Amino acid sequence: MTTEQPALTSPPPEKLTSKRTRRQIGAVVTFLVTLFLTFLGLLAITFFIGRVIPIDPVLAVVGDRATQAQYDAAKIAMGLDQPLYMQFISYVGNVFTGNLGMSVSTGRAVADDLSRFFPATFEMATLGILIGVAIGVPLGVTAAARQGSWLDQAIRVVGLLGYSVPAFWLGLVGLALFYARLRWVGGPGRLDIFYDGLVTPITGMILIDSLVQGEFDIFWNAVWHIVLPASVLGFFSLAYIARMTRSFMLDQLSQEFVTTARVKGVPERIVIWRHAFNPIRVPLITVIGLSYAGLLEGSVMIETVFSWPGIGNYLTTALLNADMNAVLGSTLVIGAVFIVINKVSDVLYRVLDPRAR
Amino acid sequence: MTTRDWLLADSPTSRWQANAGRAYRVFTALLRNPLSVLGGVIILVLLLTALFAPWIAPFSPTGQNLSQRLLPPSGVNWMGTDELGRDIFSRVVWGSQITLTIVLLVALISAPLGLLIGAISGYFGGWVDRVLMGFTDIFLSLPKLILALAFVAALGPGINNAIIAIAITSWPAYARIARAETLTIRNAEYISAVQLAGGGPIRVIVQHILPLCTSSMIVRVTLDMAGVILTAAGLGFIGLGAQPPLPEWGAMISRGRTFILDQWWVATMPGFAIIIVSLGFCFLGDGLRDVLDPKSEGKS
Repeated sequence: MTTEQPALTSPPPEKLTSKRTRRQIGAVVTFLVTLFLTFLGLLAITFFIGRVIPIDPVLAVVGDRATQAQYDAAKIAMGLDQPLYMQFISYVGNVFTGNLGMSVSTGRAVADDLSRFFPATFEMATLGILIGVAIGVPLGVTAAARQGSWLDQAIRVVGLLGYSVPAFWLGLVGLALFYARLRWVGGPGRLDIFYDGLVTPITGMILIDSLVQGEFDIFWNAVWHIVLPASVLGFFSLAYIARMTRSFMLDQLSQEFVTTARVKGVPERIVIWRHAFNPIRVPLITVIGLSYAGLLEGSVMIETVFSWPGIGNYLTTALLNADMNAVLGSTLVIGAVFIVINKVSDVLYRVLDPRAR
Repeated sequence: MTTRDWLLADSPTSRWQANAGRAYRVFTALLRNPLSVLGGVIILVLLLTALFAPWIAPFSPTGQNLSQRLLPPSGVNWMGTDELGRDIFSRVVWGSQITLTIVLLVALISAPLGLLIGAISGYFGGWVDRVLMGFTDIFLSLPKLILALAFVAALGPGINNAIIAIAITSWPAYARIARAETLTIRNAEYISAVQLAGGGPIRVIVQHILPLCTSSMIVRVTLDMAGVILTAAGLGFIGLGAQPPLPEWGAMISRGRTFILDQWWVATMPGFAIIIVSLGFCFLGDGLRDVLDPKSEGKS
């Protein structure tokens, strides 16, 4: 971090801090209010989708195989005899107390289902973003350092492929090549069948649970299975991160202090990694945050292809069964995580960047 | 006077000449960038394929022939055949019509909608702006694909509902751009002149603000098309978009999933079509941005 000292003519320190704390409290309040309003907006949209669009919301929730008695019970339980705004208020109340309704296809509470499926998605997306950062940032820096070279062009094409290759297609091709042909990685699912259920879930993330319990066989089997889906997912964040890193780096490399450093004879490696890269770390955090949120979304397709028992798979199964409670519950959870990551990376930017304080 | 001189005249004598001249300059600038030429050619091929699909496709896209099922690519079936003996190449060719329809309709619905909301928001300011932009920001901070999935789930599967769902999730970005553009020109003197001459808000927005937003809009819409194609294909893949036997590319990949280990071509071939067309829009959009809107380089 390049610490920029305040100018010598700044006001006395204690006055400055009190002013700053007040401004920081104000910023925190504004942040919480926008966060809350955005959540409310998300709830309004899911409410609209679940209660207003379907011609018969009751049928949409209970499914078309329900008996008349079930139908009537559901209608009263959903409070459909009340005016729309009352329905919305009780809906918001339900969501905030963790009641997302029952799933027709699994027969369990949607909230329970989601908490069971979330760790698998989280595990895969986190590994994906690690891969994306570990490869994407160096690629972007290299591309900028050698602007116009064939390497730069190649990285640019990789970046554009990230916008034009369907995730599910890449997953399928990966399975056909690396699993079926080359046998380098495991097939669909999180573990081989004979390892299934041998680890007691603690965090729900098999990689961590198996390590904690000392089951190294299972750990390596899980690694073998997660590598491909996480890499496919990582590819998309890699493409975005590399593209943005390159553009940030080019901005810095054209600055005068970089030219000065070069003229003074500072080795190119240090110019690139210290003078140019250090200032872009803060905007990069925002980019990484955004692509992490994007990965949660991308995992819907990937999980479907790899039969990965996460939220995405749960969502697509629910979609095909017209299981509206499960659909809206998953939409809410993914949407909420997406919003939080988005807003937090936005705030982090302001906290970490001395110029934006 | 040659056509070129007429197009590049410094003092055009008619509005038509000025517009044509500007279009010509953009066109020549695009020609200097090989990638945008490639993008343009890909989009042109897509248009021609969609228009002349009945003459290009050697076989019927839906005619089944079970004795010819799952044949590998050959001189007769360039991309092989699927599990019902249908020629994949013919289906990919006919599928271009579906992709083009989706892309055009989404652009025609969401771009004007976003443009209008953004322009109104920027022009009036105050609480109108706050309400409209609050709404826009909420939509912007939600995941697009998930939202589209939820909308399709409520509306019911099918290509029309997929188009509506994608359009609903893509207008906010356009509203943001239109608002930003409107704010920069709202206080310009020529706008005041129109207002003094008695021009009401509708006339100012439609005749004097919207035309100035179009170039940044065209850039953004072109760049977004790849995303629209991917979302539509994703909906098709899950089974919520175009329904069988329509030769939609995403749905075709979904059918080929079962055979991916032995008959790789069934799922792979439509994927190449998606990638090429999406790349085409990316290349063209990148080139257009460099020509029309160079400031926004790097932002996405």
